[in-house]
Amino acid sequence: MYPDNFRYTKEHEWVSVEADTATVGITDHAQAELGDIVYVDLPRVGTTMTQGKTLGSVESVKAVSDIYSPVSGEVIEVNELLATKPERLNEAPHGDAWLVKIRLSAADEIKSLMSAADYQSYLGEHS
Amino acid sequence: MNETQALKVTPLNSVHRRMKARMVDFGGWDMPVQYSGIIEEHNAVRNAVGLFDVSHMGEIEIRGPEALRLANSVTTNNAAKLRAGQAQYTGLLYEHGGFVDDILVHKVNDEEFFICVNASNQEKDYEYIAAQNKTSAQVEFASERYAQIAVQGPKALVTLQKLTKTPLAPIQYYHFTDGEVAGVAARIARTGYTGEDGFEIYIAPEQAEAIWDKLLDAGAEFGIKPCGLGARNTLRLESKMALYGHEIGPTLTPLEADLGWIVKFDKADFIGKSALAKQRSAGITRKLIGFEMTGRGIGRDGYEVYLDGRPAGWVTSGGPSPTLNKNIGLCYLPVEAASPGRTIEIMIRNQPVEAVTVATPFYKRAK
Repeated sequence: MYPDNFRYTKEHEWVSVEADTATVGITDHAQAELGDIVYVDLPRVGTTMTQGKTLGSVESVKAVSDIYSPVSGEVIEVNELLATKPERLNEAPHGDAWLVKIRLSAADEIKSLMSAADYQSYLGEHS
Repeated sequence: MNETQALKVTPLNSVHRRMKARMVDFGGWDMPVQYSGIIEEHNAVRNAVGLFDVSHMGEIEIRGPEALRLANSVTTNNAAKLRAGQAQYTGLLYEHGGFVDDILVHKVNDEEFFICVNASNQEKDYEYIAAQNKTSAQVEFASERYAQIAVQGPKALVTLQKLTKTPLAPIQYYHFTDGEVAGVAARIARTGYTGEDGFEIYIAPEQAEAIWDKLLDAGAEFGIKPCGLGARNTLRLESKMALYGHEIGPTLTPLEADLGWIVKFDKADFIGKSALAKQRSAGITRKLIGFEMTGRGIGRDGYEVYLDGRPAGWVTSGGPSPTLNKNIGLCYLPVEAASPGRTIEIMIRNQPVEAVTVATPFYKRAK
């Protein structure tokens, strides 16, 4: 369920790092908690992100939920798929429904995030 | 510590948990917000049939030779117009014209009225009616004696008819009959909070689980879905039905809430009448109006509404409309701006997003 090569936050975002670029998304747990996702608000390419600060928001039929950036850096790509098919976040949160790609400015931050095993035990304690 | 222990539960609580519904605290009640998903449940009601546990709703009974006098003195609509077996949507108001609650009054017979009230207001409503009672009528808090299940959608009638010998087709909209469902006594009302055809049945709490299961079986061939409060909210919003605490409340009057049709100034005195008459002659200053988002974003409950760059009102309910595939909502605006076709801005997370006022209801079923 939770890929081993991802790192996870307590706010239920995931990040996958390749070289100096991090792909960011929300976890399967997050999408399940939200329910039917109908709208995704993402930053523009070029925006500077700070770890732990608001990256955007995801809205389900019922509620709005903030997304926090798991890493610091510059947004270099935004997933355009979500503008027209926000429901893909319910279907493939760890796959083609990633949110943004960020060029890391502080690669060490990754170490502060949870492994897949840690995240799953975190979920176990908090649900 | 498990906080859910402090919440009130309906007789169907174990069913919701068995069926793995997502549960939420709804005004102190442990209620299902969704089963399979709000959109899927919403569409089941619009296209086929959905099943709702609404046992959290309260029931109050008024009895005696002066039952009508009491009912009519505390409500805005004219209960004297009701025939036995008819129900009426009406307002329970404070002297100043604001809402205590919006309620459904059913006339059982000349000496008995059955009132369905909102869950979180039931004790308040009962105490208010009892305190205002200057007649010989008896007021009884009857919620513990009833479970309530709503069967809603174009296939509601055929679903429910499988379980009852009571002929359902002759029951007109906003009428009811005392009959049976699955062999047990049931008050069967052709009412609902979805904008679709359907029924709300009142049964003894101990019968609720068996009837729930039988209704699911009966509706299986039509694709019946158990539905939660999430779908109930999107359905009622599309149909522009008021929700207490949102479109109406103690500081809002029926005239402001576009519910003038439930206020009958030509009947005998009722609580709130003089305040409403005064408001009517002075003219209301704010009014409820529908809107559709034209910019990207969803205007939600409590968001500020701007007119010409200045704060002018607030969103009472807003969200995506699964039927129309638009983002819709209701808001209060100064009366001069509360007409369809007006461009407004809704402050969504400190950003103004454009919307346009529209006529309501957003959705009306084909007759």
